[in-house]
Parts: sequence; structure tokens; C-alpha cells
Amino acid sequence: MPTPASLRTKNRLYYLLLAAGGLVAGVGLYAVHLMESHGHIITGMNNQIVWGIPHVFAIFLIVAASGVLNVASIGSVFGKAIYKARAPLASLLSIAMLAGGLAVLMLDLGRPDRVMVAATNYNLTSVFAWNVLLYSGMFALVLVYLWTMMEQRMNPWNKTAGLAVFAWRFILTTGTGLIFAFLTARQAYGSALLPPMFIVLSFAWGLAVFHLVQTSIYAWNEKELDPAILNRKKNLLGVFVMGSLYMVATYHLTNAYFAHRMDFERFILLDGGVYPALFWWGYVLLGNVLPLLLIYLPGLGKTRCVMASSLMVVLGAFALLYVFIIGGQAYPLDIFPGFETVSSFGDGQIGSYQPSVYEFLLGLGGLAIAFIITTVSVRVLNFMPQDKPYIAD
Amino acid sequence: MNEIDARRRQFLKTSLGAAAIAIAPGMMLFEVAHGEAQGASSKVRWGMLIDTAQCTSGCTDCVAACNKENGLSGGTSATDSQWIRKIEIKEISSGRTLSLPMMCQHCAEPPCVDVCPTQASFKRADGIVLVDKHRCIGCRYCMMACPYKARSFVHEPLTGQNPDVPRGKGTVESCTLCVHRVDQGKKPACAEACPNHAILFGDLNDPESEIARKVHSVASTQVRADLRLDPGIRYQGL
Repeated sequence: MPTPASLRTKNRLYYLLLAAGGLVAGVGLYAVHLMESHGHIITGMNNQIVWGIPHVFAIFLIVAASGVLNVASIGSVFGKAIYKARAPLASLLSIAMLAGGLAVLMLDLGRPDRVMVAATNYNLTSVFAWNVLLYSGMFALVLVYLWTMMEQRMNPWNKTAGLAVFAWRFILTTGTGLIFAFLTARQAYGSALLPPMFIVLSFAWGLAVFHLVQTSIYAWNEKELDPAILNRKKNLLGVFVMGSLYMVATYHLTNAYFAHRMDFERFILLDGGVYPALFWWGYVLLGNVLPLLLIYLPGLGKTRCVMASSLMVVLGAFALLYVFIIGGQAYPLDIFPGFETVSSFGDGQIGSYQPSVYEFLLGLGGLAIAFIITTVSVRVLNFMPQDKPYIAD
Repeated sequence: MNEIDARRRQFLKTSLGAAAIAIAPGMMLFEVAHGEAQGASSKVRWGMLIDTAQCTSGCTDCVAACNKENGLSGGTSATDSQWIRKIEIKEISSGRTLSLPMMCQHCAEPPCVDVCPTQASFKRADGIVLVDKHRCIGCRYCMMACPYKARSFVHEPLTGQNPDVPRGKGTVESCTLCVHRVDQGKKPACAEACPNHAILFGDLNDPESEIARKVHSVASTQVRADLRLDPGIRYQGL
């Protein structure tokens, strides 16, 4: 039982956490102010690597925001009780991460002050414009979904809202994958595999984030998650991790099968310096192999192992996105196939990119926004999963 | 109608009249200064035919002319804008070398226009692909989509701009085909500056134009023709 003294300590800790989150978000905003006044010259981005670290953070947050809803969908759409008990927390995390990711994406724009232009001028052929609608629609839908769960009179609509969210997030992650899939001229992108790949990646990343937050909330409330539930959820994470590794492997194999993309694959997987290193050590080993061992090796798979494997999946996600987004741009465009090219504009050269501290601060600011939304919401509303004494399924 | 209403009505009438008298000369002078506004015609398709045999390796006169005309710094760091650049290419199988200028190819099906979320990237009726600097939000998606690496992002505050060529920090820009000159009946600066007349500019749609006749009679190539973007810039001898 909590004592008044322990509650007071927790209260202080809560405000401390909030202040820390606020500080990181504030520093991120200051970085944006500097990028605004000096221009993107203070970042590491340039005319070849046009999307950098902020996009790695933003795309991670947006993809994970969609994937975390898997927990809710398994509950609402497929009727599994232990997932249904976690649907409110999953929805909250989705909104929080979407807000953080979109903030980063928006604040990295060359002209973030023109956000009204983006909101009022739609180019119907632009997948970015579709995403503006998809992201705002997602916010609205998930809020309605939460309402149907947390307000008893709205409960009858819960299943319908859950179905709508289920469909919407598939379309949303398809939209995120299409940003790259529509880039036909680039060897790294322009593949119809990318939307499904992003969907499967979202499952793993979203569930990993969910595990991390859930374990923290249980620890905060001095509760321990039922080992039977933990076991099911860690197995699900294992399946998602294997699924996403399969999609990434297929993407690279199909590329490697096309003669005109073989040079790119050699660059990104073998001799491209930081990119193969991050891919094999960061993504494959840290983000897949080790988490799978922690989940499936006999004797492992306890709470700490699940926490560690979830953290590794998240770190692996950042490694993969760095390789995919920045490595994909670093490899030069093949403007004259069959020719070697040299110019003053980096034609035929591997692009160089040194991320600056401002980019990291902006990205971390996005994480902080997600953190603040989650922390405050968990404090003021009841997002603690409430499991029934007996679980039928 | 009472007296106050009548006075109010009179006041409004006088104000409107005064406003009209104040604005009218300005409106008329604007028309005098700019002539009657005439939109680009879709009957025209501006384009270029670049003869690589005439383009000298190491010569950058077209680049210098473009920089001067459009107020670019001429810097060549990874963050500097380069609207036109010289590329030295060497065929891997044969070792044959060529030198040629590369810039926005003014595609008939421009990917930059397709992907731009705000319609800032647009194609004029006469085929010139431009960026509306007031609409561009600086997302750089067009730079990702362009197969020719033709676009630059303005990374720093700008000074000393050419009034005819507005640019802006935080927006994307590229070759405008010197639209401000073309609209005055002149050639783009690069075409005018080339000492070997390697760049032929004209209306591809006019069968009587020199460029159309040349394109009809000599073999020319569109770069990355496999993408079927139908660029308005064609290369001879590639």
C-alpha cells in the first residue's frame, strides 16, 4: 500500500519527469529557432542528403504510432480480452507519438511558418498532401475511439470505431511507405514492397514502445504484469520482429536481383562505410538477433528480458531508418546509366552527411513531446490496463 | 430617413468616391508599367537542344552566365545552389568522354510537380517548370523526386537578389529557363553565353522553329528517357 510519504515522493518525481521532458522539448524548440534564423546551413543536410536525422526521428514516431494501435486492434477487432484492456494505453501512445513525429516533420520544414499554406493548398497527386489528411484523420479517429472506450454511453460504438482505426492505420502506414515507393528514379526507393514493409515494421516498433511504456507504468504503480500476459505479448513481439526482418530481407534481395540496383546493394550492405555497419550491427544484430534470443532462449523472456529486447528493437529501428533514409540518399542518382559522372554538384559521388547537434535536439524534442503527452495523460486519466481475474481467450 | 442617417449615407458615399479616386491612378499606372497581363500559351513548348559535340570540357561559361543572371553566389559547396552545372561523363564500356550542361529538364510529366504537397512546384502552359516561392514550404520532397538532381534548397539567408528572379531562404529552386528573359522575347542566359552555340533554345511545338527542324533532322536523346517524363531539354551526340 502506498504511504503518504511515498505518494509525496512520487508526486515530486512526476513533476521532475515533466520538467525534464519540458526541458528537452524546449531545447528542441530553441534548435528550431536557430535553424529558422540561420537556415538549414547549421544542420548537416545539404543538396544531396535533403532529409536527415529529424526525418529518422519523425518517421520512427509516425510508424510506431500506427503500429502501437495493433494492441488496440487485436482487442477491439479480434476481441482478445488482454489486448482490449490495453487499448486505451495503446491509443494514447499513438496520439502522443503522432504528435511528436508530426511536430518534428513540420518544424524541419524550410518554412514552418507556412504551415497554413500546407493546410489549405492540396495537390491531389502528392502523397505528402494525402498524408496531411491521413495524419489529421488519424488524430480525430483515435480520439473518437478513446472516447468510445472511456465514456460508458459511447461503449456500443467501440467496435465500429476500432474497425475504423484498424483500417485507417493500414492506409496511413501505406501512405508513409508510399513517400519512398513513389520515388522511381532512386535506386534505394521506388519499390512496391515499401508500404507493406513499413506496415510490418510498424507492428514490431509499436509493440516494443508499448512494452517499454507498459512496464514503466506497472513499476510506477508498484504492480507486476501477470507472467501469462507477458508471455503472450513477448511472443507476439518475437513474431513481429521476425516478420519485419523477413520484409527487410526481401526488399534487399529483390533489389539485388535487379542488375541495375546491384551496385546500390553492394554500397548499402557491404562497402558503404557507416551504412553497412549500422545495418548489420545496429539493425540485424542489435535490433533483431539479440531481441529474438532474449525472447526465445530457454530460461530468458522474463520482464527484464522483454524490456531489454524492446529497447533493442527501438534502437534497431533508428539504425534501419538511418540506413534507409540517409544511406538511400547518399548513393548518387544514376542520371547517365552506363557512364561515370563527375561534376561540381556531387554527381557520381557518395554524398556526405554529418548530422549536427541541432538536428538531434529537434528529434529528441519530438520524443519529449510524445513523452509529455503520455506522462500527463497517464497521470490525469486512467490508462492503467485493468485485467479481469479470469481471461477466457 | 432622419438627419443622422442621411449624413451617414452621405459620408459613406464621399468615402467611397475618395477611395476610388485614390486607387484608380495606381491601378492604371500598374497596367501602363506592366502592359496587359498575358498568360503563357499552351501552343508553345519551350525547350533546348544541346549539342554535346560543341560543348567544351572545362568550359563553364553557361554556368557563370546563369549565376550572374539569377543572382547565385557561384559557390560549389554541397549547400550552395547550382541551377546549371557541367557534368563530365565517361562511358564505362568504351571510355568515350563527353562534357555537357545539366539543369532542370522541364519535363512534360514533372515528378517534382506530382509530389509537391502545396502546388508550389508547377508547370506553366508553355512547359516551363517553376517553383512558386510564396507557396513552397521547404519540404524538399521535389528534390527527392527529381531524377536529374536539378533542384537546390536555399540553406542560408540571401542578399543582393536580382529583382527579376525572386529567391528565398528555406525554399527550393531550380533553373527557370530564364523565364523572365523568355517572356521578354530573349534567350536564356546560358544559351546566349555559350561560345560554341552548343545550346539551341526555342519552341519545340513550332514546326518552323530552328529547334523543331533540328530535332526533326538529327538524332537527339532525352536523359533517362526510360522514365517517360518527356523532358523539354534534348541532347545531341549523347
